[in-house]
Amino acid sequence: MGMNTQGRPTRMAENIATGGYADTVSGSRGLEQAEPLIFERGNLEHCGVDLPEPKNSQTRLGGLDRQGQIGLPGLAEPETMRHYVRLSRKNYAIDLGLYPLGSCTMKHNPRLNEKIARLPGFADIHPMQPASTVQGAYALMGELAHWLMTLTNMPAVALSPKAGAHGEFCGMMAIRAKLDADGQTNRRRVLVPESAHGTNPATAVQCGFTVDEIPADATGRVDMEAFKAKLGDDVAGIMLTNPNTCGLFERDIREIADLIHEAGGYFYCDGANFNAIVGRVRPGDLGVDAMHINLHKTFSTPHGGGGPGSGPTVLSDALAPFAPVPYVAQTEKGSWHLVEHESEAEGEPFGRMAAFHGQMGMFTRALTYMMSHGSDGLKQVADDAVLNANYIQARLKHVMTQAFDGYCMHEALFDDRFLKDTGVSTLDFAKAMIDEGYHPMTMYFPLVVHGAMLIEPTETESKGGLDRFTEVLEALALAAKSGEKDRFLAAPVHAPTKRLDETRAARQPVLRWTPSSDDLEAAE
Amino acid sequence: MTTRYTEDHEWITVEGDIATVGITAYAAGQLGDVVFVELPEVGKTLAKGDEFAVVESVKAASEVYAPVDGEITAINDSLEGEPATVNEDPSGAGWFVKIKLSDASQLDGLMDEAAYNAHTA
Repeated sequence: MGMNTQGRPTRMAENIATGGYADTVSGSRGLEQAEPLIFERGNLEHCGVDLPEPKNSQTRLGGLDRQGQIGLPGLAEPETMRHYVRLSRKNYAIDLGLYPLGSCTMKHNPRLNEKIARLPGFADIHPMQPASTVQGAYALMGELAHWLMTLTNMPAVALSPKAGAHGEFCGMMAIRAKLDADGQTNRRRVLVPESAHGTNPATAVQCGFTVDEIPADATGRVDMEAFKAKLGDDVAGIMLTNPNTCGLFERDIREIADLIHEAGGYFYCDGANFNAIVGRVRPGDLGVDAMHINLHKTFSTPHGGGGPGSGPTVLSDALAPFAPVPYVAQTEKGSWHLVEHESEAEGEPFGRMAAFHGQMGMFTRALTYMMSHGSDGLKQVADDAVLNANYIQARLKHVMTQAFDGYCMHEALFDDRFLKDTGVSTLDFAKAMIDEGYHPMTMYFPLVVHGAMLIEPTETESKGGLDRFTEVLEALALAAKSGEKDRFLAAPVHAPTKRLDETRAARQPVLRWTPSSDDLEAAE
Repeated sequence: MTTRYTEDHEWITVEGDIATVGITAYAAGQLGDVVFVELPEVGKTLAKGDEFAVVESVKAASEVYAPVDGEITAINDSLEGEPATVNEDPSGAGWFVKIKLSDASQLDGLMDEAAYNAHTA
């Protein structure tokens, strides 16, 4: 079996919270309110708004009227608002503190982005409005496409994919359409390195390919001999993440591109880590055929519960004719329109990724970020992101164990050798960070590293903030090594909810609230 | 009846031409609490090295590979409702599948217990 993780059965902490504090009458403490589910807060027989029954109304539902209660909790507007504000105060967010999730690029979302995105000409429009009334929005999409193509040196971009994995799907569908158009229907094997993002193999399978895994070498990069041995006339392409999930630049990327092209395949590059190279490296120069760009990572639009993702996908000359509809185009006279249907397109679109043309609000924010930084500012983004990650690595490598020698790119990767024989696991270490007020880093990923801890600070953290963070991690590492095991096994003890029973949650998930018989009787 | 082991942490015991296959106690310990086991259909033909099952723990989903060529003759249905059996008794009640061997000589290439213990040390 493929295996890589170190485990210790997780178990429920004795004092697991049940949604409130036991030492007060209300379940709240201080001004921190206990918050039940909205269905428990409201009740099914009430309606939040009180409207008079309409007179002389007749339905036109042809006998399909609802027979029973719809089962929504009846809450007035202030109660509803308070419920969600209370929940939001329990949430941890990039606006509250460092969010060092490796591979996620959780950077500050500049408020200028929000200001521009709220302009009525961008915010209060509908995708089905006549083109003549939304010329500014189409022009913005055209400008964003120009920036993305320039930064990547690629001739085409599909803006409609709505997230990174959706962008992967777009790129791999374009590769498949190109292969089919060339009669190469035997090419169905996709090479995926161990250090790729987890969504890569899933995307390949979803597009009807089979996955052939390439092992990593001792330096955490693609094993070139293994890669060469896997090339053949049934290979559709390679899906490579660069910089990879070990936080390392794939030094052989040009040779990988040449070899996959010589073998008749295409090169999909996962662009989730573009933040490390934006303004510095143009993927088109590396031989990439398709790459998605996470606007919600590199270009600072909110994510992780803060907003929808957006994964525009750039395409090479070979793949551009197969780009999906719809896309924006400009006439010679300068007016913009949407190319909606495959029959209107110049090439042979493989289809459509979404009902409309993508995440307009994210386009606005991302272009604002690009234009407020300028091309030199974007280059500094990459420089500072890499500098910050190396600063963390340098500050911590004497107490934690660096997974691979040498400098890293935008994320610092540690393994769990420094916890050996301490009785503390990566999971316990991460939980102890919560007690210290820090969101944990990505853990147990990438899979090629034992007990991995992947830290991505991004360029938006100051040196002072990084010093405070590394001082806490250093103190925790020393505490683990000096035998303070219990402190870690119990963690988090200061969080509103204590250590959760992850095993029981996975084995016996309760995914849907169901009313008790009392609730149902009351609703009748 | 001796048990043999793969480098990828599967164990295999053979009675007649029927082999029973599971994952080792070492593997189960490393994975942590197993929360789901996906098993193949009876009758499926496997080549050595094919992925035939997936084990999901609280930390990761991992593939289980066929140690030998053969055809699946039985699967351990009870793992569906009681995945914890893989942690509690990995080399007994936590078996995954039974395989009808097509080439018994493939067993010779696998490790014995001493070699496996050295492999995981």
